[in-house]
Amino acid sequence: MATLPTTRDENWRYADGAVLAQLDPDVLDQWDDFDVAPGETARRIIMAGGAGPELIRVRVTVGDGATAELFGVVAGDAYARLEVVVHLGRGAHFQFGGVTIGGGDAVREIVTRMDHALPDATSDQVIRAVHWGTATGNFLGRIDVARHAQKTDAAQDFKGLILERGAATNARPELEIYADDVKCAHGASIGQLDESARFYMAARGLPPELARKLLVQAFIGDAFAALGDEGEQERLMDVALAALGDRS
Amino acid sequence: MTMLIIDNLHAEIDGKPILKGLTLTVNAGEIHAIMGPNGAGKSTLAYVLGGRPGYEVTGGSVTLNGADLLDMDPHERATAGMFLGFQYPVEIPGVSNVQFLREALNAQRTARGEAPLSGGDFLKLAREKAGLLRMDMEMLKRNVNVGFSGGEKKRAEMVQMGILDPAFAVLDETDSGLDIDALRVVGDGINAIMRAPDKAVLLITHYQRLLDYVRPDFVHVLAAGRIVTSGGPELAQRLESEGYEAVA
Repeated sequence: MATLPTTRDENWRYADGAVLAQLDPDVLDQWDDFDVAPGETARRIIMAGGAGPELIRVRVTVGDGATAELFGVVAGDAYARLEVVVHLGRGAHFQFGGVTIGGGDAVREIVTRMDHALPDATSDQVIRAVHWGTATGNFLGRIDVARHAQKTDAAQDFKGLILERGAATNARPELEIYADDVKCAHGASIGQLDESARFYMAARGLPPELARKLLVQAFIGDAFAALGDEGEQERLMDVALAALGDRS
Repeated sequence: MTMLIIDNLHAEIDGKPILKGLTLTVNAGEIHAIMGPNGAGKSTLAYVLGGRPGYEVTGGSVTLNGADLLDMDPHERATAGMFLGFQYPVEIPGVSNVQFLREALNAQRTARGEAPLSGGDFLKLAREKAGLLRMDMEMLKRNVNVGFSGGEKKRAEMVQMGILDPAFAVLDETDSGLDIDALRVVGDGINAIMRAPDKAVLLITHYQRLLDYVRPDFVHVLAAGRIVTSGGPELAQRLESEGYEAVA
């Protein structure tokens, strides 16, 4: 049986400690396996938006030359964590788009680990966090590139948006690279809504709620840009924006 | 018919008085030019009329068609028929011009109790107004002002004005950043959109050259926060040849 993590554990340090203490230890052994056979392409979409705490852990194995796509929205009212561990085969590609969004006092987090153990694989992650109230949005992203994983191209892009004073965002990119011929682009930034854009939109007649919605939509849209299916894009966007509509 | 009445307006930024008793009346059917040296308060006047946060009115009154303009939020001023053309139009990544303007127009229409325009009707209107300003419809599909040159941004402002069809426009240095050809197109655009018996324009400019295309009925010189001289179009020519200090 697994032991319950605490916030003293580096990988759980920004989590909601009180919720962690109440977890059923068994859930820590539960992994959802997402395997893509060599040369194949597959996609999975995850929505976490319940009223109670949620722990969603996905273990992705991308076969040689295969492509796995994972898109997710974490928009619940309680502590929620989407954890993704990816093992990439030779020449494999992993595409990830994730959004945490919400208010209240909940902690919502996305935790990823890319295991580049073989050469020529690529991974691309775009994560956006939008929070208000006293909510917290976290992103912990680890990229491991093994010594033999030459020609790895791993990109990671995180942006956090804080809509109100009191909300918080934590970002922890972590790259461990042992190969010498690799590209690992990463970026992390946190900011507020652009005041000049809000005034510009108001000057054209957009009420503040509508201007905010358009700006948030544009902000999180990056996370779904690589999703080829417009219908699925809209569905994810609707779930994310519904959280904004419930904003109290 | 009187459209805009500014009476003894005082305003400050960060506690620093900028407008110090500005009085001006604009009737329907008139185009007024406001000229003046740097730091006179021209842009402050535009922003105060638009309701930009940070510009504090400390005295006086402004009415638009009899309604208290200063009591309205920025988006309500737009709905009441006012358009503020920006000296530096704001870039909004991730929001297309078409989406932005359709949302803005329909927000105004809804607030006025009119039916929103359908997607097809909106595109027809947008195409017509873009054509008037000789702007390629493809530009309107791009994100708001993103990657536009200075001249393209000003041209886009005029397309926005054409689509929103305001009763009263405040154009803050719409001529800055324009080459000679663009100046003519924008000038023709202002005439086509706003030269009407039931409309009025406050044209804020440094130079006389835009006034060659948009002939004002009245010219005012703004210096140290007040209107110091007023006259007809000939005043602009005198300013151009003799300078502000000699005339005002």
